[in-house]
Amino acid sequence: MLDFLKMLLTPEFFFSIIRISAPILFATLAAIVVEKAGFCNIGLEGLMMFSALSGSLVSYYANSWLIGLLAALVVGVLMSLMMGFFAFQLKTDITLVGIAVNIMGSGGTLFLCKVITNLTEGKTMASTTGFITKGLCIPNITIPLVNKIPFLGGILSGHSLLTYLAFLFCLLTSIMLYKTSLGLNIRAVGENPNAASSVGVSVLKIKYIAIGFSGLMCGFGGAFMSMSYAQGWSLDMVAGRGFIALAAQAMGNGECLGGMLSSLVFGFAQALGIKFSARGLDSNLASPIPYAVTIIGLVIFSLVRRSHAKKERSAAAHAAQAAK
Amino acid sequence: MPDEKAVRPDETYVVRMEGISKIYPNGVAANRGVDFRLKKGEIHALMGENGAGKSTLMKMLFGLEQPTSGEIYVNDQKVTLSSPSVAISMGIGMVHQHFMLVPSLSVAENMVLGMVPRKGMFIDRAKAIAITKEYAEKYNLHVEPEAKVADIPVGMKQKVEILKALVRGAKILILDEPTAVLTSQETAELFRELRGLKENGYTIVFISHKLNEIMEITDRLTIMRAGRSMGVYNTCDVTKEEISRLMVGRDVVLNVQKDAAQPAQTVLRVRDLEYTNEWGKKMLDHLSFDVRSGEILGIAGVEGNGQKELIDMLFNLNTPNGGTATVNGVSVIGMPQRRIREHGVSLVPEDRMLYGIAANASIEENVISDRCSAKRLNRGPLFNMKAIHEEADRLIQDYTVLCKTRKQHVGMLSGGNIQKVVVAREFSNDPVLILADQPTRGIDVGATEFIRKKLVELSRAGVAVLLVSADLNEVMELSDSLIVMHNGKIAAYFKDTKDLTDDMMGEYMLGLREQSAEQIGRVCHD
Repeated sequence: MLDFLKMLLTPEFFFSIIRISAPILFATLAAIVVEKAGFCNIGLEGLMMFSALSGSLVSYYANSWLIGLLAALVVGVLMSLMMGFFAFQLKTDITLVGIAVNIMGSGGTLFLCKVITNLTEGKTMASTTGFITKGLCIPNITIPLVNKIPFLGGILSGHSLLTYLAFLFCLLTSIMLYKTSLGLNIRAVGENPNAASSVGVSVLKIKYIAIGFSGLMCGFGGAFMSMSYAQGWSLDMVAGRGFIALAAQAMGNGECLGGMLSSLVFGFAQALGIKFSARGLDSNLASPIPYAVTIIGLVIFSLVRRSHAKKERSAAAHAAQAAK
Repeated sequence: MPDEKAVRPDETYVVRMEGISKIYPNGVAANRGVDFRLKKGEIHALMGENGAGKSTLMKMLFGLEQPTSGEIYVNDQKVTLSSPSVAISMGIGMVHQHFMLVPSLSVAENMVLGMVPRKGMFIDRAKAIAITKEYAEKYNLHVEPEAKVADIPVGMKQKVEILKALVRGAKILILDEPTAVLTSQETAELFRELRGLKENGYTIVFISHKLNEIMEITDRLTIMRAGRSMGVYNTCDVTKEEISRLMVGRDVVLNVQKDAAQPAQTVLRVRDLEYTNEWGKKMLDHLSFDVRSGEILGIAGVEGNGQKELIDMLFNLNTPNGGTATVNGVSVIGMPQRRIREHGVSLVPEDRMLYGIAANASIEENVISDRCSAKRLNRGPLFNMKAIHEEADRLIQDYTVLCKTRKQHVGMLSGGNIQKVVVAREFSNDPVLILADQPTRGIDVGATEFIRKKLVELSRAGVAVLLVSADLNEVMELSDSLIVMHNGKIAAYFKDTKDLTDDMMGEYMLGLREQSAEQIGRVCHD
């Protein structure tokens, strides 16, 4: 047991928590912004799958990770805007649109992968684009000076460019939501669309911006999965991160800081699962760990929130009585 | 009919709506050839029963809806008000009955929403607050710029709404039933502020059906009935009686005609009912009273003195900490509502949209919802649709519910007609006891009169009626005897309501006076 703890308290373990949290954090930011705009995009998973595939394929054909990344972002945004078109203008239920995107994200990416590789490579690649090479991955960045700090240096330095971007975007999203008029409009639309439209804010436009933002974040998340976390796309590689992000959004109380902490909790759970299986624990036992943590986390979260709400209510009642 | 008192349209007007008709796609004609004109700097009342078409007319002036035919002129320019933004740019602002505010944002943020002052990329919060303060001071409308809207009282929310319109350059303000949500102090304050705005040259449209307020604050009034304008009058030239005649097309009997009550056996017996709410406040304090067959017992009192809790206990919507309540000798405490109903208890709930009806269900489904398992409405395991249709049609006719068919969703009806659906169900199942909680709140004069008459009729036929009402007129005129509740206790019992005065009632309601235990004890007829 002590041995095991020792194994956890290494820079490598903390490094892996941050690395694993990054794609969850991207998706969590997507979930936070659409939630503020008043709806829930459950299609994050599918959006990330499409971005992952397009990122790895385009980077291979263009022989450039940067172009691959841009392709992933463009695909993420376009697909999310398409979701918006179906949901906001054709009035489909947004949950159904999200389910459709998720199903397409699984089978559709496999189909596209087979068709495209068959056309270009002359052979069908089954369920993975393993031909992407190390050279086409998004580069890791060694931070000078920081990497010299004992222990901390090993945790903070040497991450993928996108990992740093994920945490930067967490800050930027928070600023966007609370310091800019766009953020004010998003929150107003989410809470009382009638109030927003009665003062000339275009509810439709704001909703498109919010869902487009979620597509952008999923673009980053998907690109991270296929161009940094793994080398190439493979079937169902996002593995529920889009759903975990929805949980992280809720657990973080819909705020960026809370969402980031929740993402780290889930990152920790996944890193723990990996450690367990590395220690020889049956993978059938190790792999559910992150999901079990998700459920436990949500239960704890809702209990905390309930007692908090109770306290707030009684405080309000006291204040009301005092006012009398 | 519109007569010699009608004002001739010879002045210049800031707004002229001419020959406005609005026919909805479903065929309902909300407005038919309405003329509506506003003079600069006046407070103009738009009056009418629920469903008379006042809100529709104003929605068209604010660009929320477009007229089917007719023309709108603002400052003598013909305009097409295609959206609220267009209306705002013409200087027209509207304060809706349901506030258009974002609760989690601050007052200042709500003020500048859609026209946010910026410093570089960011919101200029200091400027937003400064703008709010500037307008609040200029128009003497006190608000707290930095408070969250969710935390401020209703009266202040309304001021924020008025300021929102002013900051966007509104010169014409439409107020949709602004006093419906206000206390009397807040109403008085609002009236002061409105007079201030009027002096500064603002034009105000005041939608209401409260006669006293109209007489107090407005200069002129337009009366609507069934989608048509019944004429424009100077407020000082007409009497309340004339207005009410124009609104409903007949003389409303403000005094309910009723014979003397002949109370028989006790139906509802309440003894020592006690309830302390979750914040530790004693809402019902050893309450004891009886309601007898054939009488209407009224409960007067300022809202929040335990009336709501009492009704909740009697219909098992809440559980008391102690005491008993029996209907014809059977305890109703803890009894499922369905069984309470089987014992002949009916409830006209205070919140009709929440407890009275299912808004998205049809009139028919709503009126049979309490009796849908009755033998006569079923054939084996299935409904007997023919019997149900007959029952629904009969109730719609008996209770004069204004609707196209029995299949219409109740939520689509006007407030008065929704309440008629509620009473059609509650009064028609042979009740022995009716709990009527604010039975005529917020509904038009015609429906109010109808419901009051029905209550009297039923009580004279031997039903016991417990009437809770915040409307002093209603409770004093309808009740045979009356109790006043204050702080969860009975402050006074009047065996007869004939020689009661408003002043006396007020003193008991506000806790300035209290009767002796012996006097109050007479409400128990042991």
